[in-house]
Amino acid sequence: MKKLINAPDTVVTDALAGVAAAHPGLVVDVENKVITRAGGPKPGKVGLVSGGGSGHEPLHGGFVGYGMLDAACPGEVFTSPVPDQMLLATRAVDGGAGVLHVVKNYTGDVLNFQMAAELADDEDIEVASVIVNDDAAVEDSLSTAGRRGVGATVFVEKIAGALAEQGADLSAVAAVAREVNERSRSFGVALSPCIMPAAGKPTFELGDSEIELGIGIHGEPGRHRGPMRSARELAAVALDAIAADIALDGDLLVMVNGMGGTPLLELYVMYHEVSEYIRARGGRIARNLVGNYITSLEMQGFSVTVCGLTGELTRLWDAPVDTPTLRWGR
Amino acid sequence: MDTEVFRAWIVSAATVIQANRDHLTQLDGAIGDADHGIHLDRGFAAVTAALDGADAAAGSHPATPGAVLTLTGSTLISKVGGASGPLYGVAFRRAGKALGTAVTVDLPALGEALEAALAGVQQLGAAREGDKTMVDALAPATRAFGKAIADGAPAAEALSALAEAAAAGAAATISMQARKGRASYLGPRSVGHEDPGAASTALILAALRDVVAR
Repeated sequence: MKKLINAPDTVVTDALAGVAAAHPGLVVDVENKVITRAGGPKPGKVGLVSGGGSGHEPLHGGFVGYGMLDAACPGEVFTSPVPDQMLLATRAVDGGAGVLHVVKNYTGDVLNFQMAAELADDEDIEVASVIVNDDAAVEDSLSTAGRRGVGATVFVEKIAGALAEQGADLSAVAAVAREVNERSRSFGVALSPCIMPAAGKPTFELGDSEIELGIGIHGEPGRHRGPMRSARELAAVALDAIAADIALDGDLLVMVNGMGGTPLLELYVMYHEVSEYIRARGGRIARNLVGNYITSLEMQGFSVTVCGLTGELTRLWDAPVDTPTLRWGR
Repeated sequence: MDTEVFRAWIVSAATVIQANRDHLTQLDGAIGDADHGIHLDRGFAAVTAALDGADAAAGSHPATPGAVLTLTGSTLISKVGGASGPLYGVAFRRAGKALGTAVTVDLPALGEALEAALAGVQQLGAAREGDKTMVDALAPATRAFGKAIADGAPAAEALSALAEAAAAGAAATISMQARKGRASYLGPRSVGHEDPGAASTALILAALRDVVAR
């Protein structure tokens, strides 16, 4: 294993020290692993807290700032943070208007955030939770833990964060977060596994011409293994799965996301194929993101996320944002 | 069984988890995200440190079996993360609470603590037997233990029944398709692999048998 680290045990805290050094607009509690906006809570503004395992950067710490998250709690690599972190973050961002927890639908994240919300309730901090579950690869049925939360998390954090910045109350911010989640679906493909620093070896074995279809974001195998194929064919596999759940017409917000080890050159090849597919279906990509936004360490591959926009959602997407990763309009 | 037995159990469980760190991680690699052994080892290392720390601080030594288990659970919740942190944490905390402030624990009380742990795990994780989770080890183990003590078995025999039922339950997860947790995303591909949470549960319960048999 070759990685740019000092030691596997300190990779998360060493990276947080780097985040602190790079971004003076953030307050980084390296010991407790909590990233908050500088300046403390804004009185009367709903606070937004998210968190999850590390290894998905820039999610979530890269989305802390004006118009998006107020705090992020990174856990160990691919492991949910603990309730203590989430409680610290919740306290730190509560400006008296309550706090929204944005939770990706993984058993660990859901359980730990649930415990944190109970602890916050004991302190009379009002908490609402939104579970993001947009992965079209997983059937939402009793035979699974439900659809995973993947790319739509970025959309939820941006749009709910914009509404919170405009002074909306907790129920309205939670409602728009749920609306974005319901209107969004994602599908991911891996060309390679990834290597967790603590494990030191690939998360799974994959033949030279094999790919994993329907992956999550934790280096786990997907729903199916299949042969490698062209970008055009892979775009069709991903969008066929998404189109089975949501309509691809009207104004759409589309993200072509790299899993961490994919050249931007290839992501733009994918974006072209995705946009051609959607155009052929009568959709219009009104807004887009192309790049690495929710990753699995150095995994090669991509995911596509599509959200059906409304005028209001477009307005909130366009609202000013100032974070390490997304920055416009301000 | 007194406080020292329960402390010895937890310390022994930590040793066993450490020895099986790579094995549990490999099981998780087949159907999860290849980290179960890593995080559980990290958590139990924190638990033994907490027990030691509690030793050092005058007066805060966990004075009862219940206090040992409650401290174990709280530490796992605070240190592990993921799903296994809250699930094991709640299991140990519920067991600790069930034991109350008793200074020694008899077999029926231990049986009630196991029932409480199982109920806590099922309430939090909403898993049933057959879902390919730690419940598939803990539930049959709890039943086997209850049956053994109802039949008047001595401690060593009842704890052997507990550990053997847990191991058999873990082995039975190999043929199951996961309906909870990260392995459920694999659908039919989850069949043919032992559930890592059931495997670690069997290891922890075997450590209890071995400590009492010593």
